[in-house]
Amino acid sequence: MKTARVATVGALSRLLPPSSALDHAGVLDADSRAWLDALGSEGHAREQAIGRLHELLLRGARFEIARRRASLPHLARGELDDIAMQSANDALVAVLAKLDQFRGHSRFTTWAYKFVLLEAAVKLRRRPWHGRELPLEPERWPHVSDDTTSPHAGAERTQLLEAVRLAMETELTPHQREILVAVALNGVPIDVLVERLGTTRGALYKTIHDARRKLRRTLEADGYALEPAPPRGRER
Amino acid sequence: MRENHEAHDQLLRRLLGAPGPELTCEQCFDELDRYVELELAGADADQLVPGMRAHLEGCPACHEEHLSLRALVQAERA
Repeated sequence: MKTARVATVGALSRLLPPSSALDHAGVLDADSRAWLDALGSEGHAREQAIGRLHELLLRGARFEIARRRASLPHLARGELDDIAMQSANDALVAVLAKLDQFRGHSRFTTWAYKFVLLEAAVKLRRRPWHGRELPLEPERWPHVSDDTTSPHAGAERTQLLEAVRLAMETELTPHQREILVAVALNGVPIDVLVERLGTTRGALYKTIHDARRKLRRTLEADGYALEPAPPRGRER
Repeated sequence: MRENHEAHDQLLRRLLGAPGPELTCEQCFDELDRYVELELAGADADQLVPGMRAHLEGCPACHEEHLSLRALVQAERA
């Protein structure tokens, strides 16, 4: 198993900026410190700590799978168990490799969990698309039906949507259009595109971001008053 | 009709994203644990991590991972 050189708590503490996760003396919370101490030790103590970390990550992977279980009816229990184990294994490697990047801005366990949730989510998003062709062209633009209760509002939406469609055709590069259509119109998960195109989530999202900025500039120049997009729900 | 409006507003949000500056996916991942703990502590996470909310509204994958981490940490503390 790949391991990483682990900074001592003392050395790490000197690098840590003031943060809400640190107490007033700039010291890590006791639990996070214990994790770093154990993972930074040697021999049996370290092996035990790595074992506990793996258990924690496996718990995180199973949590993510349980959250998404209803949308994964095609996956058998054994496959899901495999995904949980692979996710925990991959996250363990990532956490140990990046241990010296932990700055104490959160509890250690919160920091570690994000790695396994990422691993599990990416694997679960990709699985249903294995062997499927990606829809890179618009399958359909949704039909905007007339709104009898508020015809004006309905007409404005129809007009704006049509302007977006036109701007996508005329303003975006073929690559920008292809990516935005796949993700925003056809519901292809960005991680599936990342895998097929051999790129990174960050690079693909930048393509989407640049395309959106271009569309917004075009629409505003054409006189459309784009209201700030309301939050999709804080879901607190 | 209201459902129709909501569906098209959602479509426009997916196509146009959120206005204003936002974090990249890498920055979002770097800040996610801190952001979630600030949220759970009742702090103004959006103020303290500028650009995070706009990114979460624009990136479905990061948005899902944010919800998952918050739910997991919440469940662990319950």
